[in-house]
Amino acid sequence: MSNSTTVPEEQTTYNYTVVRQFSIMTVVWGIVGMLVGVIIAAQMAFPELNFGPYFHFGRLRPLHTNAVIFAFGGSALFATSYYVVQRTTQARLAFEGLVKFTFWGWQAVIVAAVATLPLGLTSSKEYAELEWPIDILIALVWLSYLAVFVGTISRRKMSHIYVGNWFYLAFIITVAVLHVVNSAAIPVSMFKSYSAYAGTMDAMVQWWYGHNAVGFFLTAGFLGMMYYYVPKQAERPIYSYRLSIVHFWALISVYMWAGGHHLHYSSLPDWAQNLGMVMSLILLAPSWGGMINGMMTMSGAWHKLRTDPILRFLVVSLSFYGMATFEGPMMAIKTVNALSHNTDWTIGHVHSGALGWVAMISIGALYHTIPRLYGQTQMYSISLINAHFWLATIGTVLYIAAMWVNGIAQGLMWRAVNTDGTLMYSFVQGVEVSWPGYVVRMIGGMVFLSGMFLMAYNVWMTIRSEQKTSAADTAAQPA
Amino acid sequence: MDINDFRGLATIFTMIAFFGIVIWAYSSKRKKTFDEAANLPFEDEALHEKTQARTGDDK
Repeated sequence: MSNSTTVPEEQTTYNYTVVRQFSIMTVVWGIVGMLVGVIIAAQMAFPELNFGPYFHFGRLRPLHTNAVIFAFGGSALFATSYYVVQRTTQARLAFEGLVKFTFWGWQAVIVAAVATLPLGLTSSKEYAELEWPIDILIALVWLSYLAVFVGTISRRKMSHIYVGNWFYLAFIITVAVLHVVNSAAIPVSMFKSYSAYAGTMDAMVQWWYGHNAVGFFLTAGFLGMMYYYVPKQAERPIYSYRLSIVHFWALISVYMWAGGHHLHYSSLPDWAQNLGMVMSLILLAPSWGGMINGMMTMSGAWHKLRTDPILRFLVVSLSFYGMATFEGPMMAIKTVNALSHNTDWTIGHVHSGALGWVAMISIGALYHTIPRLYGQTQMYSISLINAHFWLATIGTVLYIAAMWVNGIAQGLMWRAVNTDGTLMYSFVQGVEVSWPGYVVRMIGGMVFLSGMFLMAYNVWMTIRSEQKTSAADTAAQPA
Repeated sequence: MDINDFRGLATIFTMIAFFGIVIWAYSSKRKKTFDEAANLPFEDEALHEKTQARTGDDK
């Protein structure tokens, strides 16, 4: 493709407008999504907080997951992918109109989710709850995203495509496929549809989608982020570019087959469960390959962690990524899963990935990007970033530790039997034991959320200081 | 030949593909290209500064 030749040289600047829009919305939706998370955590600890049908745990929980994954995580991915693809191809984003559509379309999807989920309009598929009209809008936005991304890559000034873009592209393509296949449904009215699949097949399709949403939305996309921001912030190239290529192909080819572990001990055929377990175990290798590649980039630059809280965010996110991708395969082993399945351990595992990896790398990436979008060299306050780092880390650790304790306690109590074969504990005794953990989880969530407010203030002040500087520039210019 | 033979072959094919990628990526012929590629994040500061200077018209 030779689009680049049609663009006059002086016009080839980057499109930062859409990156700014998505960056700001990442912070906004992060606060909204995590606030709903704290509310439902409080509802688990204090059931009196479940009010009426609209403010009930069952209605708010999908709102929380959609808001943090697709609104917060999604906006972070849009923002950083649009930023990284421009800066590593040295080309402006392709298709200006479609770029605008991806922003406004995606915000419309989120607003529709906020409106429909508390109303109880849901397809009941986990992480794919939105009803069919919204699903169609998602598909349109996503295909536009793909067109913009591929269009921009084809405008690049060099022959090689930087590895970060490979991960972003794999994330975009795969999420398109997952979404279209899993959301296939027969509409019966404007707000009601039935899945195109039935029974166990529906479960298998759902967890093929669900696990690969983890693998591509929450992993490949954020690894794309890692491959740009860790080298950039550490000011040294990635430890091994060759490893990054092996990492890429190994990760995307193995992830596809691991979804079966979500259906251990269900009516899914045993061979499919075993396949899911084996593939999950193999997945440890590419996951750690990527984690080690990011970590080793720091060698010779570790001292920078003393002064640079952004780098701390990035490195600690990689540590959580390494932890979560060790824990995941372990939990996929059927004998371990017999203990962990359906307990709070799963929720703890998800959040060590979601808070520790996804949120922390996004936050680090935004602290790197935002000042650059607003003509600054750094954020308004570095010490506030540092405070945010500690709040995020402590919040995550409190959260996952509480869920580990709860999960193992629940798993052990549920399977404990008396000598005559009857259950040793009733279900509600397990709930009672879990109560302190629910309170600690809620506090951990509050601590993490409070860091997001510091971020919002810091971002606001960074943007304000740009306006001041540019106003001063204008005043200083002779008339 | 039944479907299980294809399954077996798919495993062998995937293994060959994996080793192929490793050999391709680690071949010394490509070292220079990859070193250049690894430096891509550091090579566009001029364009970034041009964009920053034009902030405003970008809207």
